[in-house]
Amino acid sequence: MAETPVVLHEHQFIKLKSVLARTCVECAARVVLLVDRDGHPIAFHGDIADLDTTSFSSLAAGNVAATTSMAKLIGENVFPAVVHEGERESIFISVIGRSLLVVVFDERSTLSLVKIRTKKASYEVASILEEIARDSETQRQSETSFFSEITDDDIDSLFS
Amino acid sequence: MTFINYASREINCKIVYYGPGLCGKTTNLQHIYDSTAPQAKGKLISLATETDRTLFFDFMPLELGTVRGFKTRFHLYTVPGQVYYDASRKLILKGVDGVVFVADSQEERMDANLESLYNLEENLQSQGYDLLNIPYVLQLNKRDLPNVVPTDELASELLRKGEPVFEATASQGVGVFDTLKAVAKQVLSELRKG
Repeated sequence: MAETPVVLHEHQFIKLKSVLARTCVECAARVVLLVDRDGHPIAFHGDIADLDTTSFSSLAAGNVAATTSMAKLIGENVFPAVVHEGERESIFISVIGRSLLVVVFDERSTLSLVKIRTKKASYEVASILEEIARDSETQRQSETSFFSEITDDDIDSLFS
Repeated sequence: MTFINYASREINCKIVYYGPGLCGKTTNLQHIYDSTAPQAKGKLISLATETDRTLFFDFMPLELGTVRGFKTRFHLYTVPGQVYYDASRKLILKGVDGVVFVADSQEERMDANLESLYNLEENLQSQGYDLLNIPYVLQLNKRDLPNVVPTDELASELLRKGEPVFEATASQGVGVFDTLKAVAKQVLSELRKG
């Protein structure tokens, strides 16, 4: 494997969801998402309606990857936040290590409020993500990994 | 990198289609999209130029089924093939779990294939990966055209490590799913190894 797989357990998922739920209320946001920088959606909270969270996550990750490269071209290491302001809906993306906290908000909130309220959430999310990274590494080294029991037949059955 | 979510019981993997400009990477994805049941796929997103050349990437999520109670979701990406979009190619390789190299079988595209393959090896290295150690499949595309290089000759030029090789005509869907299956199997086998 190129890198250690990230393994998210249920109790960690619940902790992340609870931070997202609180952040969504505090920011008066429409929806708050946590996305891996490779584009995998991790968790979300709020009014999803018909929002395609998978595509949205992939594009958010691509967006941050592009702006990070632009930052490097002008001598910055990274842009810690990316903002897109629309007529009605806006997006605020905060970069937290390997993950992105994405807040979608409308005229019921303001950019400054979202910036302030996501700061505390970012620290909490970062701490949970560190725990997930540690546990993922431990699980990788464990010979009793659940996935080591996958058989050739299991894989073949996907394509039958 | 693979993302395993025990709460939603999902395994998410990233597969990237690489190759020279106009070799048929987007056509591979388009065929997979057109041939897959609606419930197994998400939207096909294309970040393309006005002339439909991939500018940043194409993306589609695909759910293959369940392994031991876990849904397997593959995120399929293409890169822009044109030489001058190298910065975009590097970004898309980040976190990759498996690569498909789509070669253009036409004689006049041999140099472009070699250049793109070299570029893949270089860009993987810059992201900390080694082509020899990641799931990888070679697809020889456009086999329906009259001026193609014989398969043996093409493979001997492009093979890197005894990877699976598939002849394809992506525009007609030939070899597209065989290629996808081969790389997906390798990715899941790697997961088993830990």
